[in-house]
Parts: sequence; structure tokens; C-alpha cells
Amino acid sequence: MVRYMLRRLVILLLSLFIAAVVLFVLLRLLPGDPANALVGVGATPEQIAAAQAQLGSDQPLSLQFLTYLGDLARFDLGNSFVSRSSVLDEISRRLSVTLPLTLASFVLALVIAIPFGILAAVKADRWYGLLLSVISQIGIAVPVFWLGILLVYEFSLNLRLLPSGGFPLRGYADPGRAIESMVLPVLTIAIVMSASLMRYVRAATLEVLGSDFLRTARALGESHTGALMRHGLRNAAVPVVSVLGIELSTTFLGAVVVEQVFSLPGMGSMLLLGIQQRDYPNIQGVLIVSTLLVLLTGFLADILQRVLDPRLRKEAR
Amino acid sequence: MGKLMFVDRCWVCLPRRVMLSSDAPHASMLQSVTLSSANKNKQDFPMLSRKDMSLGAPLARGRAALATLTTVSLLALSSAAAMAQDYDPQAVVNIGSLYEPQNLDNTQGAGQGINEAFNGNVYEGLFVLTDDGDVEPKLVEGYEISEDGLTYTFTLKDGVTFHSGEVMTSADVKSSIERVTAENSASSRKKTLSVIDSIGTPDDKTVVVTLSAPSISLPYNLSYVWIVNDDAGDISASEDGTGPYTLQEWRRGSALAMVPFEGYWGEEPSNGGVMFQYFTDATAQNNALLTGAVDIITSVQSPDALSMFTDNPDFTVSEGASTTKELMAYNDRVAPFDNVEVRAALSRAVDKQKLLQAIWGDYGTLIGSFVPPTDPWYVDLNDVNAYDPESAKEMLAEAGYPDGFSFTLDTPDYDPHPVVAQFLQNELAKVDVDVKINIITANEWYTKIYKAHDFDATLQEHVNHRDIVFYGNPGFYWGYDNPEVTRLITESESAHSMEEQTEMLTEANKIIAEDAASMWLYLYPQIVVSTSNVSGYPLNGLNSQFFVSDIQKAD
Repeated sequence: MVRYMLRRLVILLLSLFIAAVVLFVLLRLLPGDPANALVGVGATPEQIAAAQAQLGSDQPLSLQFLTYLGDLARFDLGNSFVSRSSVLDEISRRLSVTLPLTLASFVLALVIAIPFGILAAVKADRWYGLLLSVISQIGIAVPVFWLGILLVYEFSLNLRLLPSGGFPLRGYADPGRAIESMVLPVLTIAIVMSASLMRYVRAATLEVLGSDFLRTARALGESHTGALMRHGLRNAAVPVVSVLGIELSTTFLGAVVVEQVFSLPGMGSMLLLGIQQRDYPNIQGVLIVSTLLVLLTGFLADILQRVLDPRLRKEAR
Repeated sequence: MGKLMFVDRCWVCLPRRVMLSSDAPHASMLQSVTLSSANKNKQDFPMLSRKDMSLGAPLARGRAALATLTTVSLLALSSAAAMAQDYDPQAVVNIGSLYEPQNLDNTQGAGQGINEAFNGNVYEGLFVLTDDGDVEPKLVEGYEISEDGLTYTFTLKDGVTFHSGEVMTSADVKSSIERVTAENSASSRKKTLSVIDSIGTPDDKTVVVTLSAPSISLPYNLSYVWIVNDDAGDISASEDGTGPYTLQEWRRGSALAMVPFEGYWGEEPSNGGVMFQYFTDATAQNNALLTGAVDIITSVQSPDALSMFTDNPDFTVSEGASTTKELMAYNDRVAPFDNVEVRAALSRAVDKQKLLQAIWGDYGTLIGSFVPPTDPWYVDLNDVNAYDPESAKEMLAEAGYPDGFSFTLDTPDYDPHPVVAQFLQNELAKVDVDVKINIITANEWYTKIYKAHDFDATLQEHVNHRDIVFYGNPGFYWGYDNPEVTRLITESESAHSMEEQTEMLTEANKIIAEDAASMWLYLYPQIVVSTSNVSGYPLNGLNSQFFVSDIQKAD
């Protein structure tokens, strides 16, 4: 297991390196010198040259690449062109919104999806089992931003229960309002996410229900529910966990839309703003950190799968 | 042309995502290109406020509010306010805005948001550009101009202190002006202020500015210069100004709060502080107003969203005249647009009233030229080359195009340009002029049109105050070259009095209208919406300013 983890870690670092290279190339392929974006219209050639020197974009590409890698290795993401402040500081501030948003949504989605998914599978022949499946199908079809607008309309504009958007000035130092402002965004993501998760849970449960080992357990005298709990859950969990990893990453990236709808100061809005302002250090920083988080999620999902399923551990050895 | 007000850091301002109310089809991206200054002058001065109010009423209301304010503070001095107050002086006013500053230093590309939040509120200049477009002394007691117009001697006000407690001196003024003209400054006023040759500080209260050429606009340009404590250091994340408010806290991506400054030299604010809340999405901003999370939104970008507020007694919708002009710019260098008659004919062929109605409903104004009502050299030029499709056809025939012609209209891909392009296509087809619409991005617009001048005609919105000067620059993207206009605009800067300057620029304004230098379509409205218990806010905010000191909030 330890050897597997190490190997997996190497793969993670390698992936990150490749992502960093791709990012470097892509940002350089974009038309226009960032120095132009920095000094703006009406700049003299001398000002542009000065800006290039400041940014290092006058250096040969190979040297730029090495500097870039060196900075990355020290986790130095540079300073924003626009705000002049440290990109890493800004990202950590933004993560304090995006991470809780993503994780809370994820947990809530699990809480909704697992019991209902199992119920939909076990009671597939009953009317409410069918109803659950239909609801989850509809949920999958709903665009996140639309659901967000709908929730704002009902809970903010009509019922006046929750704020329609924004994040308190003092952030978590104002815990009541911070949590209030997270409720609707979390609900939005969780509802949409749980719909698709429910389908996976249902499918995995159905498969387990028809499996030989469950029949054998029943034959050995276990009750239906007992067999399902002891043997079914764990077996059904394996495929679901691998999907969960992907879902979590998607949610993290999909937070861009939800943050926009609710005017939350998260990573997503930082990325959008960076692109609009051609703020290369910000774009680069957000993308690197996002890539890292997605890779880490995948890593954790893989490890968890092996914890759940000893057969995979054997293969890995 | 060193005098032209044209240096810009941010020619593409923050795209404003406009998502409309339930009846709107879908979200669209609205970007605006500003052709000078990092500040988008989105707005202007009170032509009329609530739609049911008569002209001039808001001004009267503003003065009445000021009078009340003065009375209240006088009473407060003598005894506890015996007078019934119809507002709560401790109330915090929440302002919703789409323009978050990028940093807190207006010489470092902070964007228009910093002017909105800080101009006149946290920082003050030697002069102030008031909401109605006048330039008035602020931190100067008085000033003298030498005979040759080259030396300005400013006497500073007494008793002005910075938020840090230090007293303002001439050295602070000198260093503040130099911040703007410094090499690393990204200020929109850098070029116009480069006319300053030297700044002398004979004593603590006197500043002597020597110019290399006369510049009648110096006080106006100085209204853009914040007076910052010379010991303040880096002000990209903190402040040390002289204004009625001090910065309390700024959380990037979310909000900026400020509270009244106890040691303020002037009138005490009539509220207990303000909080700017920043939104990335217009719908979210509108919702915040609907739910009471904010009291005012500083500009409404989409007419469709207004219906939520106009018929609701809980809200006040106010319209001021902005400085944002939608226009079709011809490339005046190339045929057939080098021909005045052709340009005039096209102007007559387009029903601008219909276009404005289609886009903004009952809001917005037609001005017939490039000069908005808040510029001192405004005159109503709607009658010049007014809508008259019959004469348009005749003029085209006289100009040698009896069967019309065809041209490509480079159209930026964001609102409202594509809609405007289609409208023009329909209108011009009626006089046999065939418009080919070519949709381009803001980036392409910049390289192809602004830099390379490679186009027939294009659509653009120009946002600045006092930007007629662009027509005095034959090298500008539209290539309008009338030596008389160039002379008038150049010489107006050396005028001996504002009257003379105004006279010359009014003349220039009339000539460009006669010449149909471009096709000026309409002036955007500036719309501020608030809850009905809030009053005293600026309706127009030239140069994106939003003075908050007089805002009153009733319980």
C-alpha cells in the first residue's frame, strides 16, 4: 500500500509538471505580450520595454521557462499585474470561500444521494422508487445557474429568508452572516450534484442486489437488509468512490458559475476577472492551484478505493 | 498632440455581465471600451431625476438638503438637536456597485471603482469636479494665474489634516502631483499634467505651479489628483487622505467600508458610514437591492431590469445624463467617407430617436454631436443633419452615389453594438447603402481599428467627459482632419479665460456636427436606483465619482 501511494504520488507530481508545461505554453501562445496589457493604450515603446524587463518577457523563452519552474517549485506565484498583490495570498483568501463551498456541497450531496439512491434501487419496483429515479433524471437536466436563480427568487426575493448574494465584509469573523451567505450556493450545487450521484448509487446498488455474493449471504441465513448492509454497501461503494473523485473535481471547477450567480469572492470569480483583465499571474496561479487540487482529489479517491477494496490492493502490489 | 486627454491603461473596462429579469432571454456580456482614463466616466449630471419630477427639481432638492444639513450641524453645536430629523445620522448606507477597485491607488490602474469609492469621500483634490460638471475649489483657499498663463499660485486651506493626523502642507501637494506624473504612474491625467514644468513650495501654505505652455484646463485636471500625505508610502492597500471618510476595511471581491473621519475640516457627513458592496453580476446586484441588502445601486446597465423598480413605491429611479456616447465612427480617411456630403447623407438616413427608443425605452438623450450636456461647450445640435431620408438620397446622388454603395461595419461583439449594427443596416438599406456587419472582439477592435486604422466604419461607445479633443487629433483612429477644428481645440487650451475656451470649443463642436465627422447615435442614460428612504446621492457622478457625504437614510 505504501509503495502504491508513493508511486501514485510520483504520478501526481509528474502530472502537475506536465500541466505546468502546458499552461506555460498556452499562455505564451495567446496573442499579445502581457507587457502591453500591463502598460495599456498609449504607452511609448520605452514604457513597453520597461514593462517587459519588469515582467521578464524580454528574456529568451527557455530562460523564462526555467525561471517559471523555479518559482513554481518554491510555490512563488508572483504578483498580480492589476492589484500588485501576491497571487498566493489572494488565492488563499479566495480558497477560504471556494473550499468550504465545495466541500459543504459535496457532503450535503452525499447525505442526500446515498440514502435516496439506495432506496431508489431497493424499491425500484415501487412507485416511490420510480419517482426518485425520475426526480434524479430531472435534477441532472437542470443547469446549475438556473437552479441558483430559482432559489434566490424563492428564498431571497419571496420569502426574504436568506441573502441573495455577496459575502460579509468580515468574512468568517462574522460567522452568522458568512454561513447565511453560503446556504443558497451550497444548496444549489448540492441539489444538482446529488441528482447525478443518486444515479450512480442506484446503479451500483442494483448491481450488488443482483450479485452472487449477496444471494450466497442470503442462502447462509442473513436477512436481506443485513446482507445488504454488511456486504452490499462496501461493494457498491467502490465504483461510487471513483465517481466521487471526479464529481468533487467537477464541483470545484463548476463553482465558477455558482460564485458568479451569488457574487461570492471565490477562486472562480478570480479566474474570470483575471481573464477579463489579462492578468496572467492571476490566471496562471488559479489554474495551477486548481490543477493541484483536482489531482489531489483523484489521488485521495484512488487511495480510498484501495482501502475499501482489498482486491485492488493485491493487484497493486 | 500632447494636450489630448488620452492616455489609458484600461481601454477595455470590466465586462459587466448583464443578466436580465425573468422576461429576458438570456445573459449577455456587456463590455465597454473607454478611450481615455482608467476611469470609465459612465455618467453625468442631473438633467432630470425621478421621471415625474420637473427639470431642475433635483438640484433644488440637493440644495435644500445641504441647507438642512448646515442647520442641523449648527443646532448640534448649540444644543442637542431639538429639530426633528427625518433621517438617521448614524445609519450606514449600503451601496451596490459592479466596479470593484483593483487596488486602492488611482495611479496604479485601480480602475473606475476607486474613483467611485474614494474621490471626494476618502481623498480630495485641490479642486473638485462637481456632480453638475463645474470645477470648484476644494483644498485651495484661492489661486492666481500670471499674465502669461504660465504660473499658477495656489493658497491652501487652513486646518486640513490627513486621516493619520498630520497637517496638509504644500509639500504634500507637490508630492501628490508628482505621484501622478511619475514615470511608473498609470494615471489617466499623466499626459495632460505633463505640461507642468516645476512645482515650487515657497511656504507651507503656498504652491507655485509653473507650466511649459498655458493650460486653461489645469484646475479641471487637478480635480483628478488626490492629495495624499507625502509620508503615506504605498497606498495600494491603505489610504491617507483628507476626505470626510476613512477606510475601515476592504475585503477583496466583496466589500469596502468607510466611516466618517472625526477630524474632517468641512461639513460632517449626514450618515454614519457607507459600505460599497461589489457584485460581479447585475442580477445579483438588483436582487440585493430588492431584498434590502443594499440601499442604492450606482448604475443600471440594462433597461429591462428597471421594470422591477419603476412601478414600485419602495424604490426611487433617477436618471441623469451620462457622458457615454454611442457612435458609428467612419474612417474619414477613406472613400466614400472622406466626403462630407456622404457622411451628412448617412446621418440624415438614420432615425436615431427610434434606435434610442428600441434600446433604452424612455431613457437616454439625443445630442446631435459628441458633446454631452455636462461639458461646458454643449449645444443642442440635433437639428444639424437631422433625420430626413429623402434629402439623404438626394445628397448621395449629388455626391456621386445615386445607386448607393456598400461598406463593412466592424461591430464589437458585446451589447449594444450588434443590435445597433442591425438597426443601421436596415435604415441605410432604405437609401440603398449596403452595410456588411463584421463582428469583432474588443481585442481585434483595438489592433485592427484603434492601432492599424484598418476599417471602413465601426461602432463604439466613448465614455469620457470633455473628450471632444479627440476630433482635434488627425491621428486618432477615425482620422477626422479639419485644420480649423484642430486649431480651435489646440488653441482653446491656451485660452485666457474659461469663457474663451468654451467659446472656441463650442465653435469646434458646431463644425464637427456640420461636417458629420462621425454618426453620433445617442447618449446613454445614467440611472441610479435606491430604496425610497434614501436620498441625497449624486445622480450622475462625472468621472465615475459618487459623493456619499450628503446621503441620508431614514429609518
